[in-house]
Amino acid sequence: MSKFSDLGNDLYTGARSFDFVGRRKIWYSIAAVMVVLAILLPILRGGYNFGIEFKGGSEFRVAGVSSQSQQVAVDAVHSVVPNSDPLVTTVGSDSIRVQTAQLTDLKSEAVRVALAAAYKVKSSAVASSFIGANWGADVTGKAVNGLIVFIVLAAVLMALYFRTLKMSLAAVLALVHDLVITAGVYGALGFEVTPAAVIGFLTILGYSLYDTVVVFDKIRENTFEVEFSEKVTFKQQVNLAINQTLVRSINTSIVAVLPVASILFIGATILGAGTLRDISLALFIGIIVGTYSTLFIAAPVYSHFRENEPKYRKAEQKVLANA
Amino acid sequence: MSESAVTKGARKRLTWLGVLIIALVAIIGLGTATNAGASFAPKLALDLQGGTQIILAPVVQAGTKVTQEQLNQAVAIIRQRVDASGVSEAQINTQGNNNIVVSIPGNPDENTLKLIRSSAKLEFRPVLETSQSTSASVSTSTATPTPAASSGATLNSTPKATATATATPSASATATPAVPGVDAATQKFYDSLDCSKPFRSAGQIDDPKLPLATCDTSGYSKFVLGPVEVEGTDIADANAGTVTTSTGASTNTWAVNLNFTPAGTQKFADVTGRLFPKAAPQNQFAITLDGYVITAPTLQAVITGGNAQITGNFDKNSSKSLADQLKYGALPISFEVQSQENISATLGSEQLAMGLLAGGIGLLLVIIYSFFQYRALALVTVGSLVVAGILTYLLIAVLSWRQGYHLSLSGVAGLIVAIGITADSFIVYFERVRDELRDGRSLGAAVESGWKRAIRTILVSDGVSLLAAVVLYALTVGNVRGFAFTLGLTTLIDLAVVILFTHPMLELLAKVPFFSSGAKWSGFDAKALGLVTYAGRGSFRVAETVPAGKAAKASKEANKRQTLAERKANENTASKSESSK
Repeated sequence: MSKFSDLGNDLYTGARSFDFVGRRKIWYSIAAVMVVLAILLPILRGGYNFGIEFKGGSEFRVAGVSSQSQQVAVDAVHSVVPNSDPLVTTVGSDSIRVQTAQLTDLKSEAVRVALAAAYKVKSSAVASSFIGANWGADVTGKAVNGLIVFIVLAAVLMALYFRTLKMSLAAVLALVHDLVITAGVYGALGFEVTPAAVIGFLTILGYSLYDTVVVFDKIRENTFEVEFSEKVTFKQQVNLAINQTLVRSINTSIVAVLPVASILFIGATILGAGTLRDISLALFIGIIVGTYSTLFIAAPVYSHFRENEPKYRKAEQKVLANA
Repeated sequence: MSESAVTKGARKRLTWLGVLIIALVAIIGLGTATNAGASFAPKLALDLQGGTQIILAPVVQAGTKVTQEQLNQAVAIIRQRVDASGVSEAQINTQGNNNIVVSIPGNPDENTLKLIRSSAKLEFRPVLETSQSTSASVSTSTATPTPAASSGATLNSTPKATATATATPSASATATPAVPGVDAATQKFYDSLDCSKPFRSAGQIDDPKLPLATCDTSGYSKFVLGPVEVEGTDIADANAGTVTTSTGASTNTWAVNLNFTPAGTQKFADVTGRLFPKAAPQNQFAITLDGYVITAPTLQAVITGGNAQITGNFDKNSSKSLADQLKYGALPISFEVQSQENISATLGSEQLAMGLLAGGIGLLLVIIYSFFQYRALALVTVGSLVVAGILTYLLIAVLSWRQGYHLSLSGVAGLIVAIGITADSFIVYFERVRDELRDGRSLGAAVESGWKRAIRTILVSDGVSLLAAVVLYALTVGNVRGFAFTLGLTTLIDLAVVILFTHPMLELLAKVPFFSSGAKWSGFDAKALGLVTYAGRGSFRVAETVPAGKAAKASKEANKRQTLAERKANENTASKSESSK
């Protein structure tokens, strides 16, 4: 069979093992640097690139154009609103998106007609919309509320299931790390922040914790009554659990990321700017960061929280004495 | 737990799944056959089928909040208006605790849009002063009073909207003597008011306690009005009809009948009692819609019964139009358009097609990867995904019929993302079974004990996903909500499929020699799983590499977590397999 399944066996038996817990100083440093960058880079770049839903404005989409020349759109908008500064983006293979400052109903209808004439399409092929500046903020404000409530409830749920608050804390810490870094990637690379991106961002919540819970379940199993063991320490058992679930973590993440990647691919190459691309981009980054943080942050942090409890320390001394 | 019991249990669960699917199909089939509006094709949201979406935000004075009750009432009123305009399939929903979203498929005409946008606030104010607007050059004719002797009291009005005549009963009031209750600023504004020019800002809010200088909707007359006496919400009903005489005979005179709520009746009685004795124009009553006077009838009596009738130069259409304005215009709050989006149908269908293509590619990739990782077991993955897909499709069809759920693009994205997340629980399960095999269990036993552990992990991790979905659904708005909905739905379906399909299938497959003997392509290949010693069909010895202590500990933990019944069952299985050696 494949080498990958050999790896799975070696990891399971402990014949081969990656030191996730022992080298945590390295992982912590990497995480700290990443988080600092995730906060600093967007600031240096001059803040987030918010979409029209956050700034407010008028948007036109011209479908089925034969030439995607952007100058045509600029000229068409200028013919109606002379001193405007339209933002023209190509969408997919045959569409154009034009964004302007908010126009009156009359002007917006005129721009619609002008665009249709300029691109030689029927005026029904031009969709127009206007979005108030409050809209995106409204949606996001609610989303942030939801995010906070979710984190609190999920922490309680996990604390009840794992019967320790420390697992909850470690998992939430890793989740916050994922969210900060995903947001940081958006800010640093100047990806447009749209409500759809916010949706993708929120979905990371569920996924990141799902991944962590699977690994923590194994940790809990492995460290059960480990304080009575004279052969293995708490730390070693946590590390073994991460290694034993490594193949599972990689498999679940790849399987989760494949559909997301295919939406991202279709969205970015064929459809261009829009809901599909924005949701999948945030989710794509989030799943990858989430998998990483489960292995390199959540589990080591949990071990860090607990290994110095008296009962585990006592057991560890016994194990070391036996060795 | 004898082998036949396992098989029986597995068959039973598969049967339940079959029953569930057939029931769903039957529900939709029945709904379709009886023309109850069901359809096997889920309804699509605007971003996929094209149309216009308008988001209305309430305009409130600083410091006040819109209650959910007010919002619901507003939704009901807008829905009535839209329905009355003949648009079918319009969706009007509240969004969060603030906004109202109106979604109209296709391309609605300008009138419909206006009807929605002009969600207005209706108020009754006493007239303090009135005169012809300075620039209006309309010949004024005196109103023909039509005192109808109906049982209800009668207001007499001079409707401006009729094509036949326009009337301002007190057009002679050119002088503007100081009127009690009118402050200097209002008076000054009124004096210079020119109704032909815009004088109100969009979404302007008037203090109900202060006088208001304004024009009528046609711009012929201007008014100074007193504080609000009766509000639109005090109107229980308004309709247009012909005036009946005291003997009950119908006349050809059209009128608008007003019916007040109990609270409105009291207010209206008080105010008519106060105004009726006054001299013109102060015995007039102005009804304003969004600050503009739509009618200003003169009182003919003190109205105490809660029923009033407005008569004047109405015809059938103008009376109906005023009645509708009074009835549907009685919005508890006024709204402004926060965003208006026209989505072309072609763009929507392109997005849907591309979304489905992306889903197809994603599904294919997941299947290929599963085959690479799990060999023949991938068939179970594919089967489970197909079952999950069927269940999801049917449930969405049912929900779009019963609950008015519309599938949006973000919903489609949620469904595609769910493919991966659903497949994740199969992986958790399969890997667990492999772990058990590595610990030296037979496939049958490994499936059972692997399942017991995997289902816990799946339950808690799905619990977290479901929690995320529920919280987001409850606390967020718009597209986020649609997405959360699909996420929650697919999480539940994932749970159903893994319990009712994946696990029973694996139990049944564990009986098939190809799998139980650990054939090379079964996904449970003994050698590939690191089991060095093969001790005959259905039973392995613990592999050398596994530290004995650890294996014992793992099973100890597993025992601890089992219920008494489970432990007993396992002991039985153990003794059975012992005897079968």
